[in-house]
Amino acid sequence: MSHELGAPIVVIDAIEKRFGALVVLRDISLTVRRGECVCVIGPSGSGKSTLLRAINALVPVSKGSIRVDGIEVNDPDLDKLALRRKVGIVFQQYNLFPHKTALENVMMAPLHVLKQPKDEVEARARRLLAKVRLSDKEGAYPGELSGGQQQRVAIARSLAMNPTLMLFDEVTAALDPETKKEVLVTIRELAAEGMTCMLVTHEMGFAAEVADHIYFTDGGTIVEHGPPAEFFKNARHERTRAFLDQVL
Amino acid sequence: MKTGQTDLPVLLPSRPPATPGEWGLSDASAVFGSRKVLAALVAFAVLSVAVAEAADANARPGILATVLKWTPLIATGFLFNLAVSVASMAVGTVAGVMLGLGQISIFRPVRGISWAATQFFRNSPWLVLLFFAMFLLPFEMKIGGVTVALPAWFKAIIGLALPVMANVAEIVRGGIRSIPVGQWESAESLAFTRFQTLWRIILPQAVKRMIPPWMNLYAILTMATTLISVVGIQDAMTLTRGALVAEARTDLYLPLYAMLLLLFFVYCYPIARLTQALERRFAVRI
Repeated sequence: MSHELGAPIVVIDAIEKRFGALVVLRDISLTVRRGECVCVIGPSGSGKSTLLRAINALVPVSKGSIRVDGIEVNDPDLDKLALRRKVGIVFQQYNLFPHKTALENVMMAPLHVLKQPKDEVEARARRLLAKVRLSDKEGAYPGELSGGQQQRVAIARSLAMNPTLMLFDEVTAALDPETKKEVLVTIRELAAEGMTCMLVTHEMGFAAEVADHIYFTDGGTIVEHGPPAEFFKNARHERTRAFLDQVL
Repeated sequence: MKTGQTDLPVLLPSRPPATPGEWGLSDASAVFGSRKVLAALVAFAVLSVAVAEAADANARPGILATVLKWTPLIATGFLFNLAVSVASMAVGTVAGVMLGLGQISIFRPVRGISWAATQFFRNSPWLVLLFFAMFLLPFEMKIGGVTVALPAWFKAIIGLALPVMANVAEIVRGGIRSIPVGQWESAESLAFTRFQTLWRIILPQAVKRMIPPWMNLYAILTMATTLISVVGIQDAMTLTRGALVAEARTDLYLPLYAMLLLLFFVYCYPIARLTQALERRFAVRI
């Protein structure tokens, strides 16, 4: 997709993440601009999810700098709550709150975290559920919804905080092909509207279609990156070509 | 292979239940879950009296009459046991919830102290803790110039509340830990504070899972309240023993204690049934 790219929203500079002796991320640098959709692909265990979780401080990094809309994430005095109001994340396992209905799930954070008035929050939650095509499921509990429906509620729940940036962590990996599509359509619409997105995905076709820029990671480093047309047609590195041969 | 006849002892399948009697047997068995339990209960009571009657055929006043004579007094003592059980449970639950939450605190010292206290009181005999509390707490306390007497029953409530506290702490900790980490992660990433996450997301889910073991603990505590008779409090157990001393008849031992057991059973068994029913209802649905 192509739109006017704005100022950098995420600037990652030479970060490193270790779990004891194990280095999960090594010298990773990347930039995501406003309105851009960036996809991170690569084999399992290459540190993609850790990278995403580092951006909203769910995982602390050992070295380097991550700036999100002006906030330095790798800082002991980081105001995590301020950061997380700007960054929405959607997980592979949806993680909806099972004791709340779809509508309540979407309403909870704006209501209790942003302390916005209830009628306003409710009206916006209904609009967001309509946007992910789940208006008829407002009163349903997560246990009563399919995987794809739950994932769309999770997307609406993140959007309810009006984030500057949306992170998607293998959001379709637990879904069957049919429900996968509804979720991908939702994400594509978001990207088309100009939402700044960062996706970790195994859906190469989708990445090729939706991404402005693709990063290929392996062994905790970025092996190569580029716009999708170039990346998928003429990968420069042997490792990238081997990976693409396997998955395409 | 040969099937069918055998002269070895075998376990026969239970017979279908008989038709309900006309004097409300079905109502009673509804409370007690099954007729088998009720039948066992009645058989136990009758047998206790019968064994005693047989032991001394030319007993003076009838055994049943004597048991009935003492029942109101022992029942009063039993009500006292129940009062102690409710009070201990209340104190132990409040303290235990704090201790359980202390165990998941982000402050290391709080976590350590809570863990140590829980382990200590959970692995101590209830009776010893009871004695400990009786001697630890003074006869009276000065609170702001006013001297307040600490009666034995009050100390007993505290003594029993200590192990309850430790067990409640474990129930709370276990309940919270049983909620998947994904719930914490998604709440955190929506900028909920730790307190909000606990209060609005984790605890509402965890409490459901805590209720059955908590009720189970209450039933155990109720039965354990008879321990307070050892430290000289007039509970149902003490009164039963008093009645036996007053009657000075060995043939009464079995029936009177049986009556006491029945009182506890009638109270605790429905709690156990309800606990099971709740466990089934709250069984994980994901």
